[in-house]
Amino acid sequence: MTSEKEMTFEMAMKELESIVEKLEQGDVEIEKALEYYQKGMELSKICTNKLTHVQEKMVQIMNEQGETLPFEVQED
Amino acid sequence: MIERYLTVTALTRYIKRKLDTDKHLRTIWLKGEISNFKHHNRGHMYMTIKDQQTRIRAVMFAGNNRFLKFMPEDGMQVLIKGEVSVFEAAGQYQLYIHSMEPDGVGELYLAYEQLKNKLEIKGYFNKEYKKPLPPYPKHIGVITSPTGAAVRDIITTIKRRYPIAQITLIPTLVQGPTASESIKRAIELANKQKDFDVLIVGRGGGSIEELWSFNDEVVVKAIFHSNIPIISAVGHETDTTLADFVADLRAPTPTGAAELAVPSSKQLLEKTNALKNQLNQLLDHQITQYQTVLNRLKNAYAFRYPEHLMRQKEQELDKLIEQLNKLNLQSSQQIQQSFIQLENRLRRSFPKRQFEQAINNYVTLNNRLQKLMTKYMEDKKESLHIMIDKLMLLNPLGVLKRGFSVAYTKDNKIIKKSEQVELNDQISVRISDALLTCQVLNKEEEKNDIGKRDDF
Repeated sequence: MTSEKEMTFEMAMKELESIVEKLEQGDVEIEKALEYYQKGMELSKICTNKLTHVQEKMVQIMNEQGETLPFEVQED
Repeated sequence: MIERYLTVTALTRYIKRKLDTDKHLRTIWLKGEISNFKHHNRGHMYMTIKDQQTRIRAVMFAGNNRFLKFMPEDGMQVLIKGEVSVFEAAGQYQLYIHSMEPDGVGELYLAYEQLKNKLEIKGYFNKEYKKPLPPYPKHIGVITSPTGAAVRDIITTIKRRYPIAQITLIPTLVQGPTASESIKRAIELANKQKDFDVLIVGRGGGSIEELWSFNDEVVVKAIFHSNIPIISAVGHETDTTLADFVADLRAPTPTGAAELAVPSSKQLLEKTNALKNQLNQLLDHQITQYQTVLNRLKNAYAFRYPEHLMRQKEQELDKLIEQLNKLNLQSSQQIQQSFIQLENRLRRSFPKRQFEQAINNYVTLNNRLQKLMTKYMEDKKESLHIMIDKLMLLNPLGVLKRGFSVAYTKDNKIIKKSEQVELNDQISVRISDALLTCQVLNKEEEKNDIGKRDDF
């Protein structure tokens, strides 16, 4: 399984949605349902973490050679 | 004064010189309507400029018309700067157009309309070419001027809404003659990096001239050919550039573009929570359902009265055991019976009589053999005695008993003739009860052979 670090927000969200969908369809074995539930809770935690505990991303500026440098927005 | 005849050429040249030296005709500003427009395939443009009363032939050479920002058409009202001269070969005066722009509607607007038409026909704005935007972009490229309100609005909006995303600014000029090339290069650079999920291309508001680069065919084509989805954000809501038409999504303002580019973290959190709640409910529901099934099963007859089930099974078991035993007994009896039968058969067929007969035969035969043998032996004994008696009669030794003797040479030959011995030879003489060793002392031959019967 992909660890939390490797998993992108998009992947986590998509998987969470698909798990909810699977559970919605019903007729899931109880063991499987519990497994889905557990996984779903993990994923929702990953999503929440990714959205709330954000490291401030530096804005970059790219020159014509495709090299990037930090960029500060000029306030006027 | 002598009458002199001019040649047509001379006259035409004279007129041309007259016209060419008139300083008013060197630079003229003319207003009129285009008709008979022809764009020669070598690049020159031929047309007639007219008003209600009259007309003038006009030419605009390729060297001049390539700077035109619009394509002349018949019926178009134009403002012309040019000069008048004579085209000698045709003997016609005509207008040489240096520059021309549409009258009435603005030149830029006309150019815009024409380019838009052209690109539309070519399919640049077709819906099927629009790329879908990624729902959760990780890396957003912003192609605009590094200074000004637009870049600030875009960056702050993205950071506020969706701080997970990485923002990279690719700075460009956004107005002036080289802006369109600059924008095109930035789009191409972003595509080369292969790292962007979405691009925002735009600038803040301005006059139509200031926004003009975003109507440039070069920019339109660069946006069209981009593999990365592009959101356009040029000027304010009322300004619509060709870049907006060709972009995968048009945003009314730079801030709007940022909002369209990224989802809102807040909404996503709400969505995540909603999904979580849904999960809880679904699991509850699932468990309740299983509980119901379980309860139903628990109340089932078999579980409530298990002893009934047991009794029934016990009974069935007894019946089966009984059957089994019966079967067992039957089959062992059968086996025993057939064994007895076989034994009887065996007994019946035991060869005792043959044995007895054989023994009888044997005894009889044996007795006969004995008798025959004894008789045979007696017969033989008797004949042997006879033979022995006969033999006794014939035995030379018997003769010896009667007084005869036999002489033998040294080499044990019976001496029958005198020549067999020499004087002084040792000879053996057998008499009835001894063997004598003798010496021949004398030999006296006799004429009449008394011993004619050699065999005796």
